[in-house]
Amino acid sequence: MSALTHTEPRGTRAWLLSDHPTSRRQARLGQSYRTWLALRGNWLAMVGLAIVLALVLVAIFAPWLAPYNPILGQDLNTARLLPPLSPGHLLGTDDLARDILSRLIYGTRLTLMVVALVAVIATPIGLLVGTTAGYFGGWVDTVLMRFTDVVLAFPRLILALAFVAALGPGIENAIIAIAITSWPPYARLARAETLTIRDSDFIAATRLQGASSVRIIWKHVVPLCMSSVIVRVTLDMAGIILTAAGLGFLGLGAQPPQPEWGAMIAGGRRFLIDQWWVATMPGIAIFIVSLGFNLLGDGLRDVLDPKGRK
Amino acid sequence: MTASTHLRGRRGALWLGKFARLLLTVAVTFFGLLLVTFLIGRIVPVDPVLAVVGDRAPKSVYDRVYLELGLDKPLWEQFWMYLQKVFTGDFGTSFLSKRPIVDDIARVFPATLELATVGIIIGTLVGVPAGIWAAVRQGKWPDQLVRVLGLVGYSAPIFWLGLVGLLVFYAKLHWVAGPGRIDIAFEYSFTPKTGLVLWDTAMQGQWAAFANAFSHIILPGSLLGYFSMAYISRMTRSFMLAELAQEYVTTARDKGVPEWRIVWVHALRNAAVPLVTVIALSYAGLLEGSVLTETVFAWPGLGQYLTNSLQNADMNAVLGGTLVIGSIFVGLNLLSDLLYNVLDPRVRRRA
Repeated sequence: MSALTHTEPRGTRAWLLSDHPTSRRQARLGQSYRTWLALRGNWLAMVGLAIVLALVLVAIFAPWLAPYNPILGQDLNTARLLPPLSPGHLLGTDDLARDILSRLIYGTRLTLMVVALVAVIATPIGLLVGTTAGYFGGWVDTVLMRFTDVVLAFPRLILALAFVAALGPGIENAIIAIAITSWPPYARLARAETLTIRDSDFIAATRLQGASSVRIIWKHVVPLCMSSVIVRVTLDMAGIILTAAGLGFLGLGAQPPQPEWGAMIAGGRRFLIDQWWVATMPGIAIFIVSLGFNLLGDGLRDVLDPKGRK
Repeated sequence: MTASTHLRGRRGALWLGKFARLLLTVAVTFFGLLLVTFLIGRIVPVDPVLAVVGDRAPKSVYDRVYLELGLDKPLWEQFWMYLQKVFTGDFGTSFLSKRPIVDDIARVFPATLELATVGIIIGTLVGVPAGIWAAVRQGKWPDQLVRVLGLVGYSAPIFWLGLVGLLVFYAKLHWVAGPGRIDIAFEYSFTPKTGLVLWDTAMQGQWAAFANAFSHIILPGSLLGYFSMAYISRMTRSFMLAELAQEYVTTARDKGVPEWRIVWVHALRNAAVPLVTVIALSYAGLLEGSVLTETVFAWPGLGQYLTNSLQNADMNAVLGGTLVIGSIFVGLNLLSDLLYNVLDPRVRRRA
C-alpha cells in the first residue's frame, strides 16, 4: 500500500515543475519557469538581461545617479571639453561644459521611452491587423495583407524619415514614425499564428456557443498569438533603438538640449579629431544597450522557437 | 515525345500564370507606394504654392499657381494627376537646386550604387565563408566568434562606427582617405561616363585616380560590408546546418568523399539557392543603411541628397528620393523571388 502512495514533492519549485498542474495559473507559471530555466543556461542571454535590467534601473534612479544636471552646463571657462577621467567628470564634458556621464544617464530615460512607446503602439496594431486578416480570410485578408506588404516594401529608415519630415522633427514624432514603420512584421506573424488556430475545435466550440467574432479574436486568438509577437518585439528593440538614434543623429529626432544619444553623437561630431570622447561615449552607450537587447532576444528565440530546439 | 512537349507547354502556362500573379503583386505594391508618398506629401505643413512662388508673390500669382497645381480639385483627382506625372518621369522640380528631381537623382544615384556594390561584395566574400566555418564547427569557438561578431554588427550604430573609423584610420593612422569620393586633385583627371568613379578611372587607365578613389571608398564600403556580413553569415550558417544534416551528406561521407568537397561543393551548392535571396535582400538593405553612412562620409549619393532635402523642407525631392529607393526595394525583392525560381529545380518543378 505504502509503495503505491505517490509522495508529492513539496516546495515552490516542485509546484512550478509539476507534471499535473491543477489550475491554469499553475500551468502558465510552470511554463514561464521552464523557459526561465532554459534561458538561465545561456550565459550570453543572461548578460543581455543584465544590461536591460541595468538600463531600466538607471532610468528610474537617474536623478540620484547623475552627478550633474544633464542640461545646464558648468563654468564655460574652466569645464569645457574636459577629457575623460578629469576630476569630477568621469567621461569628460562636452562643448557646453555639460557632464557627459550625467547626460548619458538621463539619456536612458529617452531611450527607454522610445522603445516602450514604440512597442506599446506597434504591437496592438500588428496584432489587430494580423489576427483580423487571419481570422476572417477572404478579401479582408487580401486587403489587409496587401496594405501590410506596401508598408513593408519601404525601407524602414527612409519611411520614418519621410514621416518625420511631414510631421516635423521631435522625439514624439520620431516615435510615431518608427511605430508606423515597425508593425508590419508583427501583423504577418500574428496572421500566420491565427491561421494555425482558426480552425481548431475550441474556436468552433466558442463560435457555437454564440461568441461574436470580436470576442473570439480578442479573448481566444490574440492571447495565443501574444507570446511569439512579444519575442519578435524584443528582437526588434535593438533595431528600434538604432533607428531612433539615427533619426536623432540626423537632427530629426530628439531636439537639443535633450540628452538623446544619437543627437549627442551629432553634437560631438565637430570635435571628433581633437576631442574624440564627446562623440564616442554616447555611441558606446547605444552599442551596449542595443547589444543587450540583441543578446536577450537571441536567447529568447533559442528557447521559445520550437524549430531551433534540439 | 508528344507527352514531353505537352508537359513543357503546360509548365510554361503555369510559369506564365505565376509570373502574371507576381507582376500584379508588384503593381499593387507600387501603387500603394505611390499612394503613401502622395499622402505624406499632402500632410506636410509646407505650403506647396509658397514653395513655388516664394512668400513675396502677390495674391494673383499665388492664386494662379494654386490653380495650376490643381490644389482646388478633390484629393483623388490630385492623386490621379500625381500618377500621370510620375509615369511620365516628372517628379517635379527641386526647390533647392531648381532642377528636375529626375535629373538630380540620376546624378547622385551612381555614387550610392557604387558604395552599396562595394559593400555587398565585401559582405558576401567575408560573410559566406564565415557562415560556413561557423556551421562546420558548430558549437565550437569559431561558431561563437562568428555569432558575437554578427551580434556586434547588429548592435552598433553605423553612423557612430563610421565616425570612429574616420577618427582611427583617417585622422590618426592615415591609412585611408577621408570623406568624399575622390580628392579634388584627381577630380578632373578622368571624364565621368557612368558616374561610377572606380569603373570610369579603371576604364580610362587613370590608375592614380583609381587608387585615390579606392582609398576613399574602402572605409565606408567595409562598414556597409560588415553590416551585411552580420546578416549573410548568420543565414549561411543556418542554411549550411540544414544541408549538412541531410542524408546525401552522410552518403557522401560513407563513400569517402573528402570533407572539404562535401562542404564546399555538395552542401554549399544546395545552400546557395536561398543564399542568393538573402544577398539580394541585403543589397536592398544597404541602400537604406547608406543614408546614415553617406551623411557621415559626405558621400554625394542618394542618401545624402535625401537628408539634405529633408533638412531644407524640399518635399518634392524627399518624395522623389523615397519613391526611387522604395521602387529599388520592390525591384530587388522581385528579382530575388525570380532568381529563387530559376535556381531551385524543386521550386521550378513544383510550379
